[in-house]
Amino acid sequence: MTVFNEEESEWDQINRTQWKGLGLTDPIKSVEDKWLLLPAFLKVKGLVKQHIDSFNYFVDVDIKNIVKANNKVTSDVDPRFWLKYTDINVGFPDRNEMDAIDKRVTPHECRLRDITYSAPIIVTIQYTRGKNIVQRNVNVGRLPIMLRSSKCVLTGKNEAQLARMTECPLDPGGYFVVKGTEKVILVQEQLSKNRIIVETDTVKGIVQASCTSSTHGGLKSKTYVATKKAKIYLRHNSIHEDVPIVIALKALGIQSDKEILLLTAGTTEAYKNAFATNLEEAAKLGVFTRQQALEYIGSRVKVNRRVMGPRRPAWEEALEALATIVLAHVPVNGLDFRSKAIFVATMTRRVLMAMDDENMVDDRDYVGNKRLELAGQLLALLFEDLFKTYNSNLKTAIDKVLKKPSRTSEFDAYNTMQFQGDHLTSGFVRAISTGNWSLKRFKMERAGVTHVLSRLSFISALGMMTRISSQFEKTRKVSGPRALQPSQWGVLCPSDTPEGEACGLVKNLALMTHITTDVEEEPIIRLAFMLGVEDISLATGTEIYGPHTFVVNVNGTIIGLTRYPTRFVAQFRKLRRARRFSEFVSVYINHHHRAVHIASDGGRICRPMIIVGNGGPKVTTEHILQLKKGNVTFDDFLRKGLVEYLDVNEENDTYIALYESDIVPTTTHLEIEPFTLLGAVAGLIPYPHHNQSPRNTYQCAMGKQAIGAIGYNQFNRIDTLLYLSVYPQQPMVKTKTIELIGYDRLPAGQNATVAVMSYSGYDIEDALILNKASLDRGYGRCQVLRKNATLIRKYPNGTFDRLADAPLDENGLVAKKYDIIQMDGLAGVGERVDPGDVYVNKQSPTNATDNTFTGQAASVPYKNSPLSYKSPVAGNIDKVMISDTENDQTLIKVLIRQTRRPELGDKFSSRHGQKGVCGLIVNQEDMPFNDQGINPDTIMNPHGFPSRMTVGKMIELLAGKAGVLTGKLQYGTAFGGSKVEDMSRILIENGFSYAGKDMLTSGITGEPLEAYVYFGPIYYQKLKHMVMDKMHARARGPRATLTRQPTEGRSREGGLRLGEMERDCLIGYGATQLLLERLMISSDKFEVNACQECGLMGYNGWCTYCKSSKKMAQLTIPYAAKLLFQELMAMNVVPRLVLDDA
Amino acid sequence: MAPKNPIDPRRVVGIEAERVAHVSSTDFPGHYPDEDHSWDLKKFKKNLKVKVQRLSNRSIDFDLVGVDASIANAFRRIMIAEVPTVAIEHVYVWNNTSVIVDEVMAQRLGLVPLNVDPALVSMKESPADTATDRNTIVFDLKLTCERNPSAPKGSTKPEELYINHELLSKHLTWRPAGEQEEVFADNPPAPTNPDIVLGKLRPGQEIEMELHAVKGVGKDHAKFSPVATASYRLLPLITITSPIPPQHAEQFQKCFSPGVIRIDQRTQEVSVDPVGVRNDTVSREVLRHPEFADKVKLGRVRDWFLFNVESEGPYAPERLLTESVKVMREKIAVMRRAAEALQEQFGGAGAADGDVEMADV
Repeated sequence: MTVFNEEESEWDQINRTQWKGLGLTDPIKSVEDKWLLLPAFLKVKGLVKQHIDSFNYFVDVDIKNIVKANNKVTSDVDPRFWLKYTDINVGFPDRNEMDAIDKRVTPHECRLRDITYSAPIIVTIQYTRGKNIVQRNVNVGRLPIMLRSSKCVLTGKNEAQLARMTECPLDPGGYFVVKGTEKVILVQEQLSKNRIIVETDTVKGIVQASCTSSTHGGLKSKTYVATKKAKIYLRHNSIHEDVPIVIALKALGIQSDKEILLLTAGTTEAYKNAFATNLEEAAKLGVFTRQQALEYIGSRVKVNRRVMGPRRPAWEEALEALATIVLAHVPVNGLDFRSKAIFVATMTRRVLMAMDDENMVDDRDYVGNKRLELAGQLLALLFEDLFKTYNSNLKTAIDKVLKKPSRTSEFDAYNTMQFQGDHLTSGFVRAISTGNWSLKRFKMERAGVTHVLSRLSFISALGMMTRISSQFEKTRKVSGPRALQPSQWGVLCPSDTPEGEACGLVKNLALMTHITTDVEEEPIIRLAFMLGVEDISLATGTEIYGPHTFVVNVNGTIIGLTRYPTRFVAQFRKLRRARRFSEFVSVYINHHHRAVHIASDGGRICRPMIIVGNGGPKVTTEHILQLKKGNVTFDDFLRKGLVEYLDVNEENDTYIALYESDIVPTTTHLEIEPFTLLGAVAGLIPYPHHNQSPRNTYQCAMGKQAIGAIGYNQFNRIDTLLYLSVYPQQPMVKTKTIELIGYDRLPAGQNATVAVMSYSGYDIEDALILNKASLDRGYGRCQVLRKNATLIRKYPNGTFDRLADAPLDENGLVAKKYDIIQMDGLAGVGERVDPGDVYVNKQSPTNATDNTFTGQAASVPYKNSPLSYKSPVAGNIDKVMISDTENDQTLIKVLIRQTRRPELGDKFSSRHGQKGVCGLIVNQEDMPFNDQGINPDTIMNPHGFPSRMTVGKMIELLAGKAGVLTGKLQYGTAFGGSKVEDMSRILIENGFSYAGKDMLTSGITGEPLEAYVYFGPIYYQKLKHMVMDKMHARARGPRATLTRQPTEGRSREGGLRLGEMERDCLIGYGATQLLLERLMISSDKFEVNACQECGLMGYNGWCTYCKSSKKMAQLTIPYAAKLLFQELMAMNVVPRLVLDDA
Repeated sequence: MAPKNPIDPRRVVGIEAERVAHVSSTDFPGHYPDEDHSWDLKKFKKNLKVKVQRLSNRSIDFDLVGVDASIANAFRRIMIAEVPTVAIEHVYVWNNTSVIVDEVMAQRLGLVPLNVDPALVSMKESPADTATDRNTIVFDLKLTCERNPSAPKGSTKPEELYINHELLSKHLTWRPAGEQEEVFADNPPAPTNPDIVLGKLRPGQEIEMELHAVKGVGKDHAKFSPVATASYRLLPLITITSPIPPQHAEQFQKCFSPGVIRIDQRTQEVSVDPVGVRNDTVSREVLRHPEFADKVKLGRVRDWFLFNVESEGPYAPERLLTESVKVMREKIAVMRRAAEALQEQFGGAGAADGDVEMADV
């Protein structure tokens, strides 16, 4: 054993001497605590940096670009008039009320008062007034402000200041408060724009290269270059027919067949052969010159312009379509189509390559081919649409005024703007609160973009902020988009995805992920030229596809060639590390396509990594020391070129070491910490690397349902439904992620002492046994707070609702259901509300909708419209709030609280996807106990382990037990954490068995148990599913009016359905009487009189059709059947009953 | 070679690496052929031993030897669940503006151990019974937090900044009713621990409550349990079957709790400390080491119970066992009366199949 060790270490040492000039015995110093970069990163960026960065980019940069692109309003009537937007600014959120003295507003006030947290949008306009040019600032509307963004009042505030604003310091922000509800704009995943994607359809034998063009403010369109019967065509929505590729290229100005062949097939013989038929095709169609090609295309272009103007010749149409619609993102200067031609040629070449070699297709599921669309981008689109509409409305309004022949006063456009209404404001509010992004202008029709921020637990809110929803249809049966992609490593959490239909389509960001925003590309292009890139417009196919040349692309558009790609990329990176341009610009070499790609577009996913140079990481212990002291921040690391961001594409160009010991001479980067590959939600799981992977996924779903603390301001919140734990505890076994996201300060669970053993048989199928004494002492206790809101309305006819005090009965006493109502007509805070009690004694005028009413408001009669308590279990009034909304209606919110102790059937779960319901509550004296006299809080059945393989849970118990014994918290961080060996040593030192198994004594017999029992603390979460909210039974009760059948659903006290399958069973069994009873007698039996003569139904023994009572018979049928007959009769179908004695 | 073991092997529960053997007692008639194990009071008296090992203000360690596990367990169970105490049951909230809501505050108050001798209070027959001075003890809780005008400048400590920033158990004030003043004259009702934090207050918050304490048992709610824990373990037994080599002596010693294994300074001979062995935690560590395989046998004495009882209520720890015996005797008396009633009813003979129905007592 020892001999082998020596050999091994010797070998190691020899290995080491090869570099960095270390002696044989020198140990390699490793950078301790490099994970500290992670909190530093989060400190700068926060947990939801992607949302906030994106929103900041919108309000600071993008909004100005949009206005610049649409900055002029002119009049058709008066050509001398113009109005120009010179600037636009978004202010800070303020109170919208005119007469408010204190204009400041906090997000929490908006939540409570059901108003929108928004800031004014101020534009600076220049316009003509008579002969003068005037400059003014105008408020054009209000923009909902993202919390914690640069425009939010919470930004940069410390904990005490936040506390004064009743805001939780751990709240991540990144959402909006619209009409009092917290709304999140989810991250949307899309295929990247302006890039060529090559795909094959092996069934149809089609190879196609497609490119979705998207320019700022421009239209989105998709262009295809695809094969059809071994020939290549250009396809676009605006052209009726597929255009042979040679014709397309000729139309784009490349007339010579030789040049076309060079630009597409190059000198490769295989490509040439495959392409030859296309040249023949063009010749066959008689297209030889550019003019002919344009005529050919022009006759096939869809013309959708206004009837105005003379018809243009076909070639002009073609020219226009090719310049502006086909591949709109490739710039065409004047009539220089060269770069567009090269783009089309490149697409063609890619198709040829894919035809030749099947492996040359792109993977559309590859994360590098995706872009994430964030709140900022969506709002930018929305703003652009709204702003354009605003301007056209403004124009019509101005035209209307200017049209009038004689005006008394000089026309001032400012006044017109004042009366433009709140088009922008209401547009934003409507879009965010409904989630419908329907922008006709951009052919965008998306529903469900926004979601209500889930506040079930802190984790559910946080999890929602990192969620990514995919644009793929959920019904399509392709596994590709759902599968885990290797390129997701480090940027998307592999565990956190829902089960079921959205599985794999809804993803979550990993801890260190950053999403880029747009960076200007002109300076980058200039820089590339300076680094020796040759302009593409000077090159021919010979050079482009020459043996040593690499094509340089910027954001998918070819700009030039380089013969030294490695050197170019190295120099480019050097400049980036020196911060000569944005750190989010990525560059990488694609050797398959012989291309260098530079990307500066927004929506790329990237993450920071430590740069390795000279055989070691550039970040040293000294740097970390400085970081610990707080002398430097994460930005300094970036600035010094110690750390850089890599996007998914650039990652492919690097050699990343996971640990410092893995560094070899070719290594370029070092991972900051392996556990950052998990997201915030999966980061709660201790020892996830020991679990079977689906268990981690289950926990990710359940962690969001755990009852705990949701924020430091939880007692000030009035949410529709709020679940709170009475005694939340931080977990004994925590992870670094837990500390970073603040789960230890807002926990959702308790450390339960668990005995893994069988007990009583009430623990089968994952049921748990709970200790009654633990429940008495507060284990698993939770509070459920429910909001009940009402408006005290003022009606248009002058009448209004009112609150009344409790009415007295004839004895002068207050009825029981009014006994908690106080003088103001509201229930007192702290009072117990029993089922049926009234807590807001509201009365409404009887003629509220009567608009003809003109009398005194005080004289109208009132009817009661109280709010009464519906739940079957009593609650307490927790809070009563009286306020008013933006349109001056009085708003009353009453928060009613229930405190619940766990009962049979309540759901619990550990952090390892092991859920179970409480099966039995056992008295303390019946519980087994160990030598110390400790009883378990929970008994878990060991059958939960073998098939689930949640070894992490076992290690959690071990680490937790060791932690309890030493009075320390242990770590279960992914790919690290406290070692089992150390934990066992602690157990042994404290007189316990190394394995964590204790000798227990039965509490019932008093004899020792024959097996040792795995015994220790495990963090258990109480989930929101509680029996009290679910249990339901009914003997008799309400029925639906139409069918007279019992109502459906628990909320309507409905019946329990005997469904089709149950019915089938009874039929199969032949239980006819039972069937009859279940389906008719106990449901909707109905006595009808039917005439044996005509077969129609009559009543009271009289047939109205035969005018006779002779042949009337009485029978019992379901009311639904009777209804059907009558409905058929209404449709002119006569159902006749043929009666017979059975 | 091994020291003579005075413990009968039949009394030993075997501690093996992965299982506990012989957990049940076998000294009952019919188990061993040709041996008489019928219960004998004289023998029982001879074997029965109760010895207090350690006694402190709040806890007691004592040995109970010579009884079956069922008897020892019965006392343990009774101490936990059936020895009555007095605890707060009803909380009438007049005002509570603290952050802790009424229900939670009430639960916390209920768990406060009171020093009221349960013998002086009678149990309510049913929850609907009216509160009288015999069955209810009333406390008042009234506290208002204020800013401390003389707080040092710049202080951030709540204890300096505010007056009454914490609601403690000592703030419960007993309100005597009826004859209670005399009955509890020498030991006025109060929490056993005055410094239990029940809640925290900040200026402007106040609490005003009336608390009614009643007598109850732990079965009903854990707050009535007079013990923090009452449990027992069996006396460990370590038998060294073959000598431990001197080079392993120290390692062997480390496999047990401190003071369990003695090593002779001179000979390095290993032996079990007859007194210290009771402190062994039976971690079974020794069974893990291959060098000690077959050299040591672990066991526990089945009828030797090392009790540990922590009192958290009005009872002095040494009183708890006697209280539990009292409760047990009452239970036996009830059983006895029921059995006698049966006998009377059926004249000693049951129904045809020998079954009898229990009579109501």
